[in-house]
Amino acid sequence: MLAAFTILLLFQCLGEGIVFLLKLPIPGPVAGMLLLMAALIAWPRLQQLVEEAANTLLSHLSLLFVPAGVGVYATAASGSGHWLAILASLAASTVLALAVTGLLLKKLGGKDGDA
Amino acid sequence: MLELHELTRFWVYLSASPLLGLTMTLCAYLAAHRVTRFFKGAPLANPVAIAIGLVVLVLWLSGMSYQRYFAGAQFVHFLLGPATVALALPLVRQLPRLKRAFVPLAAALLLWCVTAIVSSVAVALLLGATPQLAATLGPKSATSPIAMAVSERLGGIPALTAALVIGTGIYGAIVGPWLFDRLRIASPAARGFALGLAAHGIGTARAFQSGAEMGAFAGLAMGLNGALTALVAPWLVPVVMAWFS
Repeated sequence: MLAAFTILLLFQCLGEGIVFLLKLPIPGPVAGMLLLMAALIAWPRLQQLVEEAANTLLSHLSLLFVPAGVGVYATAASGSGHWLAILASLAASTVLALAVTGLLLKKLGGKDGDA
Repeated sequence: MLELHELTRFWVYLSASPLLGLTMTLCAYLAAHRVTRFFKGAPLANPVAIAIGLVVLVLWLSGMSYQRYFAGAQFVHFLLGPATVALALPLVRQLPRLKRAFVPLAAALLLWCVTAIVSSVAVALLLGATPQLAATLGPKSATSPIAMAVSERLGGIPALTAALVIGTGIYGAIVGPWLFDRLRIASPAARGFALGLAAHGIGTARAFQSGAEMGAFAGLAMGLNGALTALVAPWLVPVVMAWFS
């Protein structure tokens, strides 16, 4: 468990480092995820090593968003009177884009339901 | 009134250390998890939304500041980084299916990214939002670190963008499964991918509740959409703003 967690942190460090050095427009952890993917493909034995920590973290992914979510209320005042525009934009664009993407995937996915 | 006085002192002592914020977060999450299970995972009983509501209620009742709360909660917040890295594991497991579905997924990603940016900026401007607010809303469907950077570059308000990202995530995770049922989208891969696009990390968390396959596709969508938004939004948002103002 400890080794697995250390590996995850190492790849995050690697990701942050590469993003900083190459001035990439993606966050460090996402770069770390891509690097770990490459490593897992190159050395499949690594999978068993990180599995336990990865599964523990991912099964409680919801928990990790709670602190940032509470912060939403702390910044709620800075919208300053434009809440209708904000909420309408958020609601409309999310539903529209969800429907468009879902239908496209359904259409292109074919009968075997591969996507 | 000695007891009440003692109780207040006890509270002041406890709330000064990070312990309280951390414990509060975990308790709220476990309670929210119970509620979600009680409603058999109904989308409306979203554990993130319930846990946030509980913590906000406690902060409001006790008068504890967000800064003081976050001093403890940051330990949980920090784990978002390694959790994102850990998404590589389910992704590698789905790799053969990912290769077969490459074209539809790439098309969906592109279509999504453009639809989400154009519609959010357009609707906001049509309802009388300032350009600054429109810039704040543009990148809201990307994962928060990317959205904040893009918002700042466009002249938006990064802190408000971060708040909207979370709001979008909760809203998308609640409305997504309901919408997919209405549109008869059944494949876990399609549902997961669309959830990851619409509701990034919170949608991915929701997708993992329904299974590892759905979670893997959601995680992939979140990562790719973040990268694409970072590339596309800085020039697309000004174009849309020029159209609508």
